Amino acid sequence: MRAWLLTTGLCAAMALGAVWPADAQAPKRGGTLNYMIAADGGPSLDGHKETTYAVLHATAPFYSNLIRVNPENPSSTTDFICDLCTEMPVPTDGGLTFAFKIRGGVQFHDGTPLDAHDVAVSWRRIIFPPEGVSSAREAAYPMVDKIEDPDDRTVIFRLKFPTLSFMPALADPWSFIYSRKVLEKDQHFYERNIMGSGPFKLTSYEIGQAIHGERNPAYYQSGQPYLDGFNGIFAPKQQTRVDAIRADRAALEFRGMSPSARDQLVKELGDQVSVQESDWNCGNVFTPNHKKKPFDDVRVRKALFMAVDQWHGAEALRKIAIVRTVGGLVFPGSPFAATRDELIHFPGYGTDIENARAEARRLLKEAGAEGLTVEMLNRNVDQPYIIVGTWLVDEFRKIGVTVRQNIVPTGPWLEKMRAGDFDLAMEAYCQMVVNPIADSGRYLPHEIYKENFAYHDDPKQVEIYNRMVRETDPAKARVLMRAYENQVINVGAHQLPTLWFYRIVPMRAYVKGWKISNSHYLNQNLANIWLDQ
Amino acid sequence: MYQYILKRVLLTIPTLLGAAALVFLLMRLIPGDICLVRLGSGGASFDPKALIACHKEIGVDRPILVQFLEFIWGIIRFDFGTSMWSGKPVSTEILARLPISVEIALLATTVAVGIAIPLGTISALKQNTWIDVAVRIFAIGGIATPSFWLGIVSVLLVLDITSWVSGTPWMPPIDYVPIWKDPIRNLSMAILPAITVGYRYAAVSMRMTRSAMLEVMREDYVRTARAKGLINKLIINRHALKNALLPVVTLIGIEFAFLIGGLVVTEQVFNLNGVGRLFVQAVQNQDYTLTQALVMLTVAVFVFTNLAVDLLYGWLDPRIHFA
Repeated sequence: MRAWLLTTGLCAAMALGAVWPADAQAPKRGGTLNYMIAADGGPSLDGHKETTYAVLHATAPFYSNLIRVNPENPSSTTDFICDLCTEMPVPTDGGLTFAFKIRGGVQFHDGTPLDAHDVAVSWRRIIFPPEGVSSAREAAYPMVDKIEDPDDRTVIFRLKFPTLSFMPALADPWSFIYSRKVLEKDQHFYERNIMGSGPFKLTSYEIGQAIHGERNPAYYQSGQPYLDGFNGIFAPKQQTRVDAIRADRAALEFRGMSPSARDQLVKELGDQVSVQESDWNCGNVFTPNHKKKPFDDVRVRKALFMAVDQWHGAEALRKIAIVRTVGGLVFPGSPFAATRDELIHFPGYGTDIENARAEARRLLKEAGAEGLTVEMLNRNVDQPYIIVGTWLVDEFRKIGVTVRQNIVPTGPWLEKMRAGDFDLAMEAYCQMVVNPIADSGRYLPHEIYKENFAYHDDPKQVEIYNRMVRETDPAKARVLMRAYENQVINVGAHQLPTLWFYRIVPMRAYVKGWKISNSHYLNQNLANIWLDQ
Repeated sequence: MYQYILKRVLLTIPTLLGAAALVFLLMRLIPGDICLVRLGSGGASFDPKALIACHKEIGVDRPILVQFLEFIWGIIRFDFGTSMWSGKPVSTEILARLPISVEIALLATTVAVGIAIPLGTISALKQNTWIDVAVRIFAIGGIATPSFWLGIVSVLLVLDITSWVSGTPWMPPIDYVPIWKDPIRNLSMAILPAITVGYRYAAVSMRMTRSAMLEVMREDYVRTARAKGLINKLIINRHALKNALLPVVTLIGIEFAFLIGGLVVTEQVFNLNGVGRLFVQAVQNQDYTLTQALVMLTVAVFVFTNLAVDLLYGWLDPRIHFA
């Protein structure tokens, strides 16, 4: 497995289009980083429970993880390294057992030592949450049977079945290691408090305003962190964030900005600003509701897909929206992703759009759905929901289908989809560590994956997925992924993945060491950031 | 007078309870679910079990009547519970935002009163002169210009001007520091929003001052004062202005109460972590407990500001008696 990881890691690193300036200089110590968090403030402070990046960007610098995406190579989809463990384990028992050795000498910020029991208790809280505790990622670990901590230095994960999706799932950035002693006293302590073993110690938290951290002198990664401290300022409005970078009230925000914001900053600040860009592990999905007529007819769904010219759409939309790359079910930078040649045979990916649209009109006529007028549910978020939604509406118009967007706030948008109260829906989702097999599980029928709102039924698709999830040979798993993708987009025409997000992070040029990743959830502990001032 | 105050305070109880019942029902009529927003708004997938656990944890799985009675019982004890979104006590959430909102409201009122009363008075006294026309144009400009637009433009202007003058763009701080910790940083953050909000507020008050002054200046007692030979300054300050201020004070009171929770967009533009922004977040997140508490706070602010305005009437016009 390790050999495969290394090979695919190298391939992915070469294939991925992420760009960043070379930081050849030696890191400098000192200084305080001011960065912005593009949100109003998160709900609780508990990473095991929450899902919004607002929480992660505020709390990640205070915590350690068992393993993580390599902060020096975060764009890789396969490069994982130890954080609290001493070396990446070689699976035994036919891929069923992973034994991690835990570093010695690690301390929590209150001075108590961190050992394997803290790691095991934290992971059990995530995968097998106790009564009264909610874990947002419980379902991400169906392969884990049990977690053992036989001594102070060893944690063993025993799996129910071997799978390639385990190691990426383990590198989940939300899996903060909490103190066993604290959790034994109060399982809800971490919702209101911060006490980890990460590179920074909390100095203060002003609700909805800012979070402040100072260097943890006892941090176990040699020489890190380089910063004396940081101020994370909540700033939900993009123009405020652009102005703040311009006036150097803050150096950057990590989530990502629109192309226009990047262009404005580059124009106004010149070489005082640097920009890092990357494909983003967030996908847009167009979902027809199979329970609503005429979308119960595969010909109608396929016709809608065929109307979409993704290749030209990508060229146009990348100038105004945070989208860029045409892809299938899998993040385009992954070795499991479909190539262009593999994609062009699917409806919605063809290169001869006029022929595709003629065929779409024929299919609609055959299905008795000519001159269709329907509504598409969308979320009231400009980037990229409304922009991509508006583009799709125009594409559908070209085959004589009139679509009106019903743009609603997040709450009603989610509720309507869950209630099946829509014809068509514009969805988007963000994943964390690229985990192709686990990530593509979201396309499974609603009966299996409750957050799939196509409300379709496809035993063949489920059968392919179940084989893929248990396949440990990457090459064979990739072949199964193509079959699965064909079933979702082409045979069943259940859902159409449209353009993948594109992450643009403009920052003050004095910020060094940080490297962009394919997810705004990754590489946020700030330990390797330094200021060239 | 004390009896009057007591009566008015007691009258606030049914008002607050009525508002409480209304907001409780309205919040539950809005489609959506706080747990869905919390788990699903990040775009990441989540476990359906987490949704059930979330409903249980915040108590929305209980019957509506039980929730309502608990809410009312909480109000009676001045306990608004914990925010369904953050899990923190509602009082902590509100108190964290109240200082900046009160500060902006006070500064904006100072700006407004400082501009509106002198200019409104001068405009009335110099009716139909170029001064009057200039003041009226200034006032119309204030009413017609949205505060948020003025806010955005003022920040950009400050950035461009400082960039042009010193080569380094400057903008007000984007994180709040209490005035007692760092007065300069605090005021440099608060002054621009206070001016942008205060301008509109001043414009409305200025027009009210002008029209009230014009009316009062035509009153018999002003004519009598003139006939007695009183100097103009004394007539204006002692007789005319005090009486003309009655409607102006009412307007200032209403505007002040509005500013405590109503500066939604301005707070966004200047990144102020105030009550208005919290209000919008609470509604967007469908945080029932926090929204209910904020509505109660707003109602209380309006009720007590109106009481203060009524008491001020008695000072401004001695003919008014509180029975």
